Amino acid sequence: MATTSHMFMYSLTIQPPTAITQAILGQFSGTKEQQIVTASGSKLTIHRPDPSQGKVTPIFSQDVFGIIRSLAAFRLAGSNKDYIIIGSDSGRITIIEYVPSQNRFNRIHLETFGKSGVRRVVPGQYLAVDPKGRACLIASVEKNKLVYVLNRNSQAELTISSPLEAHKPQTLVFAMISLDVGYENPVFAALEVDYSEADQDPTGLAYEEIEKVLVYYELDLGLNHVVRKWSDPVDRTANMLFQVPGGADGPSGVLVCAEDSVTYRHSNQDAFRVPIPRRRGPTENPERKRTIVSGVMHKMRGAFFFLLQTDDGDMFKLNLEMVEDENGQLTGEVQRLKIKYFDTVPVASNLLILKSGFLYVASEAGNHHFYQFEKLGDDDEETEFSSDDYSADPSVPYDPIFFQPRTYENLNLMETINSLNPLIDSKITNLTEDDAPQIYSVGGTGARSTFRTLKHGLEVSEIVESELRTVPSAVWTTKLTRSDEYDAYIVLSFANGTLVLGIGEVVEEVTDTGFLSTAPTLAVQQLGEDSLIQVHPRGIRHLLAGGRVNEWPAPQHRSIVAAATNERQVAVALSSGEIVYFEMDTDGTLAEYDERRQMSGTVTCLSLGQVPEGRMRSSFLAVGCDDSTVRILSLDPDSTLENKSVQALTSAPSALSIMAMADSSSGGTTLYLHIGLYSGVYLRTVLDEVTGELSDTRTRFLGAKPVKLSQVSVKGQTAVLALSSRPWLGYSDIQTKSFMLTPLDYVGLEWGWNFSSEQCVEGMIGIQGRSSRSKNWITTCSKNLFPLAYTPRRFVKHPDQPLFYVIESDNGVLSPATRQSLIQDSESRNGEAAILPPEEFGYPRGTGHWASCIQIVDPISTKSVVFTLDLEDNEAAVSVAAVPFSSQDDETFLVVGTSKDMSVSPPSSGGGFIHIYRFQEDGRELEFIHKTKVEEPPLALLGFQGRLLAGIGSTLRLYDLGMKQLLRKCQAPVVPKTIVGLQTQGSRIVVSDVRESVTFVVYKFQENVLIPFVDDSIARWTTSTAMVDYETVAGGDKFGNLWMMRCPGKVSEQADEDGSGAHLVHERGYLQGTPNRLELMVHYYTQDIPTSLHKTQLVAGGRDIVVWTGLQGTIGMFVPFASREDVDFFQSLEMQLAAQHPPWRDGTISSIGVIDGDLCEMYFLLPNDTKMMIAAELDRSVREIERKISDMRTRVAY
Amino acid sequence: MADKLRTLQNLEALQARYIGTGHADTTKYEWTSNILRDSYSSYVGHNPLLSYMSVGMGEPKEKVRTMMLEKMVRGAGNPPETQE
Repeated sequence: MATTSHMFMYSLTIQPPTAITQAILGQFSGTKEQQIVTASGSKLTIHRPDPSQGKVTPIFSQDVFGIIRSLAAFRLAGSNKDYIIIGSDSGRITIIEYVPSQNRFNRIHLETFGKSGVRRVVPGQYLAVDPKGRACLIASVEKNKLVYVLNRNSQAELTISSPLEAHKPQTLVFAMISLDVGYENPVFAALEVDYSEADQDPTGLAYEEIEKVLVYYELDLGLNHVVRKWSDPVDRTANMLFQVPGGADGPSGVLVCAEDSVTYRHSNQDAFRVPIPRRRGPTENPERKRTIVSGVMHKMRGAFFFLLQTDDGDMFKLNLEMVEDENGQLTGEVQRLKIKYFDTVPVASNLLILKSGFLYVASEAGNHHFYQFEKLGDDDEETEFSSDDYSADPSVPYDPIFFQPRTYENLNLMETINSLNPLIDSKITNLTEDDAPQIYSVGGTGARSTFRTLKHGLEVSEIVESELRTVPSAVWTTKLTRSDEYDAYIVLSFANGTLVLGIGEVVEEVTDTGFLSTAPTLAVQQLGEDSLIQVHPRGIRHLLAGGRVNEWPAPQHRSIVAAATNERQVAVALSSGEIVYFEMDTDGTLAEYDERRQMSGTVTCLSLGQVPEGRMRSSFLAVGCDDSTVRILSLDPDSTLENKSVQALTSAPSALSIMAMADSSSGGTTLYLHIGLYSGVYLRTVLDEVTGELSDTRTRFLGAKPVKLSQVSVKGQTAVLALSSRPWLGYSDIQTKSFMLTPLDYVGLEWGWNFSSEQCVEGMIGIQGRSSRSKNWITTCSKNLFPLAYTPRRFVKHPDQPLFYVIESDNGVLSPATRQSLIQDSESRNGEAAILPPEEFGYPRGTGHWASCIQIVDPISTKSVVFTLDLEDNEAAVSVAAVPFSSQDDETFLVVGTSKDMSVSPPSSGGGFIHIYRFQEDGRELEFIHKTKVEEPPLALLGFQGRLLAGIGSTLRLYDLGMKQLLRKCQAPVVPKTIVGLQTQGSRIVVSDVRESVTFVVYKFQENVLIPFVDDSIARWTTSTAMVDYETVAGGDKFGNLWMMRCPGKVSEQADEDGSGAHLVHERGYLQGTPNRLELMVHYYTQDIPTSLHKTQLVAGGRDIVVWTGLQGTIGMFVPFASREDVDFFQSLEMQLAAQHPPWRDGTISSIGVIDGDLCEMYFLLPNDTKMMIAAELDRSVREIERKISDMRTRVAY
Repeated sequence: MADKLRTLQNLEALQARYIGTGHADTTKYEWTSNILRDSYSSYVGHNPLLSYMSVGMGEPKEKVRTMMLEKMVRGAGNPPETQE
């Protein structure tokens, strides 16, 4: 690492990627229950499907700090627990198991076989495991295949052999699976192409004659070597293999999926082939061939079937029929294949069928789906196509077969699991006037595209909201006796009275409770076994079982101002500043402690902790006074009400709460004192259980209002509800046990309290204005989404209105006009045709066609698309900008760049256009003004000094708005290839090139020239950039790197010097570029492709940080370090952690000037002794380290 | 001489083991083919990259993956005529 760099960034992930690259199914806990393990980016996550609710919930997630390329589950014979094999980019094979008791993964084997990195000949791309768990094969795209024999030793531990090689040079592998051969020698099947001859033949004949072959590799367990047992040519377009059950369950062999057909192959069987049915319909091209893109085989008692999915998302059920002998017994000889339409689901990267009758669809784009099987399509009217009618020879032509797609008949959608993947563009802005900005993003592909609003916060569901006549000041719930499971009363306190509501079938007022209804209430508590107390300003009312009431009156001329209670103790503060303490006697009466403690100021709040399990009392009383202090008083019998410690605060405390919470530093639970201040600041300090000392204070600003605190229960854990201008929840993270403080996605509450009833076991009740609400908790990170028409490409915000303009385009999709004319055409001949909803079935496709539109979305009021404008003439929108033109009195226009007849690969187009639209109806509609033809697609547009800058090919051009078209003002070729992005500050323009990094250009107004003056020395395939300051630009590239470049100070000054810029123009270029080079400041490999970068704040009062979003749904940030000491600290911490958990990051330069915050946060997960060891190594305490790590995150983000 | 022989043998072993290890007589065709195949295998191996291209092309990832592998078969096209 370049330690000399003078810029340091702390990289953190706010949200891990949501794209699932691979999903596997198995009994990883060793019980009958099946779990799903998914790999997304570097995260390995285990999920538990819940068949009763039809939901999938993640139970544990592990960051592996590498790229997971392949996963496989296997089970040793006789065992009932599945292990997981991981093929990664580390050049090693990893076998892990899931340990349910500790809820973590445990590494069993880690065997090195090659270089690290994703390389052509280093195995890891393909992974196949023998179904009996005896061997696995790990292969690379080209040449290398390694077979490991898996076994168990006498201690029943899993063993792994040294690798056996089955290499074949100059041979590419298209697919690799294992064969089901029962207990015979394990066999692996591969689809291979040998290109050695084509590389030697200049005539190209050998290339034409290349065959794709299906190869069987047999592992001879006796001789311990691998042989290439059988190979036979298959269809040249074959791309996938599926295992056919063998042994006692079936004929063994493989299904070879190719373009337009599926063939059954095995070394000792005949081949059978069925075509893949094509969609019928007026808009469908009958010539278009389908390919199988994913599929799954499912075995049930004695039977099996395949579900194969085409590129349209249509799933087909494929059955194998076997020959029966005279007695009706199956002979194991295949007779025919049968295929029929099943249902249509989103195109999946993996399909999993659960034994409990569910289908898990890990979607390639957009949300993942979880379906329940209603039936298996056994007795429906779908036409079944049989292999009897088709020759097995791929060269024999046949008539295509067709089917009619329809809505779900066999599946029932149970749950959709949110996924941002692919996240194509985002904007961070505050449109709702909350205290923190929101992230607006567009993503998804085709008709499943969405616009999403991302807000940080816990989601709550509201159960009841009821209006009250007058405004209550506080609300409590209480049980009647200690053994009650649920709350019985809701007690509302008003300015001049108290109202008690009974919780039953309905919530209604009860009057015979013994509560004093003519005074406001300060506290309500269930005391001892079966009594209740009510603290009101005039005294304490003790309601004993059987309706007796004991009243302790407050001394004359004094009233109670604050109270704290638990199930055995009561403390009240009087207006005179005295504290009166009560404890419950053995006979259940409250006994006053004979001394009163006089405090220095007026007491504002009190708190007693819960009585710890097995103890008589909580030993501390926290007292907050208006002299901005919090004192801890002892309640131990021998030192009652003696001072233990004092904490000075910045403002008077408004609320206190002592509670025991799970803690990462100690490993168990720790007593915390939560303090809320009148200034809206919240503090959390650790309260020493023995000495009462306060330590490790952490501060957070919550909002503009005084903080109120209450203890609530969330998922069986105690948590603190902190109310300011927004409600927040403080809890221990389930995995790391570190303290989290997260806002609730809910209205601001005046008061909140725990609430538990039969309908809602863990809820809370709150007051907002005049109404009382109760609600339930749900998960984190709230999202608000609605659909878009096509794959979004970019979007911009209206300069003033909370509206966004999204440009969308889909390649190979018929435009609405073409679709319409086809449908009309067919209707005139055949009558009405049913149009399928594109959200589920996609749009009709056609090569060379583009469907594109501009949509206006309103994420705030209507939460929907408010206006759609389709583009015509096969134009596809490629860029968008809102540009104010000074020639039009600074009126802002929407400028959209389009490309006509575009082809993506190889890139070509029939020219481009720049469309100008005027905003109508406050931006809710668009009026077309004119369009200007340009020679190449304008991939980048930007408003610049009252004019329009457009990147057209390698030319940067300045336009002004004319009456009939845009008027060219000035232009210059500034980059080598194609401009894809523009940023500006002042007269400086940062131009990003599709593969030549960024170039800084200065615009000289006087001379009207554009002069490139500094560029980069490395070719970066830039995706997006953001200017961090006038000299510095942050950017991301297609290979997953994030970087920051700075223009040397002197060069920057020279560029802005007054005058003609002649010195810039005439300066000699350096190595076919501009005269100067940018300096690389920061470089980091993100494991995702950055699609947008922003310099912004994420929390109120936070510092400016760089936030980036990645294609797979990652949201991350770069936090600049403020001091050199912090850098040193985190560098050494990172080094210590790297020794514990060696990270491997791909990329040419893994990291320059960046501390991996995700690695640093692994510290929370370490066992306690390791934490102490590292802490000792760094000469700091564990708490101090944890505090520093969590501060880095919470100061700027969530 | 023995040293030279050993170096040569080492180099040959490397070339056999790691495809693309160059030698003094590497032709332009070999070199470009090798770079192309390396690139395509990297696109197939890095999932975000494959996903990026699949979104751009409007095709499922599996189809893009197959397309890339097919391009690996082709390499840099037909080799040049060799002069004997």
